[in-house]
Amino acid sequence: MSVEALYSEKVMDHFTNPRNVGKMEDPDGVGTVGNPVCGDVMKLYIKVKDNRIDDAKFQTFGCGAAIATSSMVTELVKGKTLEEAVGLSNKEVAEALDGLPPVKMHCSMLAEDALKSAIEDYRKKIVSSEQ
Amino acid sequence: MKIYLDYNATTPVREEVLELMFDIYRGDAANPSSIHFLGRQARKFVDEGREKVAAAIGAEPSEIVFTGGGTEADNMAIQGTAFALREEGNHIITQATEHHAVLNTCEFLEKHGFKVTYLPVDGEGLVDPAEVEKAIGAETILITIMTANNETGVIQPIEEIGEITRSRKVVFHTDAIQALGKIPFSVNDLKVDLLSLSAHKVYGPKGVGALYIRKGTRLRPLAYGGHHEGGKRPGTENVAGIAGFGLACELAAQELVESAAHLSILRDRLCGQISENISRVKLNGSPRLRLPNTLNLSFEFIEGEGILLGLEMKGIATASGSACTSGTLAPSHVLSAMGVPAALAQGSIRFSLGRENTVEDIDYTAKALVPIIQRLRDLSPFSEEDIN
Ligand SMILES: Cc1ncc(COP(=O)(O)O)c(C=O)c1O
Ligand code: FES
Repeated sequence: MSVEALYSEKVMDHFTNPRNVGKMEDPDGVGTVGNPVCGDVMKLYIKVKDNRIDDAKFQTFGCGAAIATSSMVTELVKGKTLEEAVGLSNKEVAEALDGLPPVKMHCSMLAEDALKSAIEDYRKKIVSSEQ
Repeated sequence: MKIYLDYNATTPVREEVLELMFDIYRGDAANPSSIHFLGRQARKFVDEGREKVAAAIGAEPSEIVFTGGGTEADNMAIQGTAFALREEGNHIITQATEHHAVLNTCEFLEKHGFKVTYLPVDGEGLVDPAEVEKAIGAETILITIMTANNETGVIQPIEEIGEITRSRKVVFHTDAIQALGKIPFSVNDLKVDLLSLSAHKVYGPKGVGALYIRKGTRLRPLAYGGHHEGGKRPGTENVAGIAGFGLACELAAQELVESAAHLSILRDRLCGQISENISRVKLNGSPRLRLPNTLNLSFEFIEGEGILLGLEMKGIATASGSACTSGTLAPSHVLSAMGVPAALAQGSIRFSLGRENTVEDIDYTAKALVPIIQRLRDLSPFSEEDIN
């Protein structure tokens, strides 16, 4: 008897073998966000070079969907310009994972918000170092 | 390897019960209300089921009403009392860690003009009987407090509360759905007037339950129809389900002492191995006043669904109190009421053991858990450094 999987194969892959895990030394930007719906937390670190995201890493306290979207977002943003990265939506991250169950869509907001917050952190730092 | 450690959610129907139910379905075309010989045979199955369920809890057969499950039994007890005694008062007392079958019924009644007191529990999940007594007022018509909790296994001081409700002459209901077959009790020891049971927690079929109604207790039915179940629960009886429930109760009562000893040894072995090999683990609920089969643990710095998925990939079925798995998006109301911080409630796993579990299952599970926890902690933004 086979049962329908909770998550797509891609989600399970990123949950079991998450990419770009851990704390980054000397990040250019850090975004820490909590999911107000469930209380889960994601921390995203970025390194920026010539206005492009050169590297990204994450740490996540959250469900399988939160871990998989965290992992996917770090993959998706690498090499993107900051303008492109800011425009990345949670839907695009979820689609890259072959979708999430409807009740788990809110989890992918963590990834979108953490990315936006890391970029904002980077931009603030640039502004204050230029002053 | 397939290991089931979620017996508090439901149990598989045991072989003896399955056979009896098959036999009844194969042979029985009759309605127990029919007076021909087939009808009388069906009636006999229902009567025997009733006797056996009654015997398991020290009740009279006439005090048992069969329902379509535990949820319906809770509803019948609470709504039934509230609407029957409406003229006498509008106040109900319950407590924070009840099953949603009780809590949501109370909330429904609040919308219909009843006042409900939700008593708090202490850090171990226990209600203080003195608080129950203090909460009783002139308007109080019903007190409903569960015998044992489904998430933590915590056993409430029902006998003590029963003394109080009896001397104050307030109707007392208990949801004993998780207690049945796991700890010994009788309706007279507990001094309850109403008690809910469910077959699928004791290796019986799903969708069958019972409400014990002490003689003389007034209830308004939830549904109207024929004369079945004394008019309290009309509708043609679920003959096979009722007979299966009866047999499951009889077998559970016979095996109770041995099974409780076996399960508590396995449960403590699991707890021992986990705490030996994994740091920062907390037990949720009273270590003493607890069902012998239940172990609810919080693993610091990580979230329960990840643990659940990791265990599932190893063939192990468990449950979590985390928001992520409940579909409600809030962490377990039971753990929250006990003052467990949200992050720890999120990282909780319930292991609930049952009759098929072996020492090998336990050792395999404890061993599988170590790398799962480690990996998720490596992913987590929280660590011991944040605390120290
Ligand atoms: C304590 C408690 N009450 C009520 C219920 C509901 O019972 P049922 O599933 O038979 O409706 C359950 C189990 O689901 C339970 O554990
Ligand atoms: S991030 Fe909390 S439920 Fe998924």
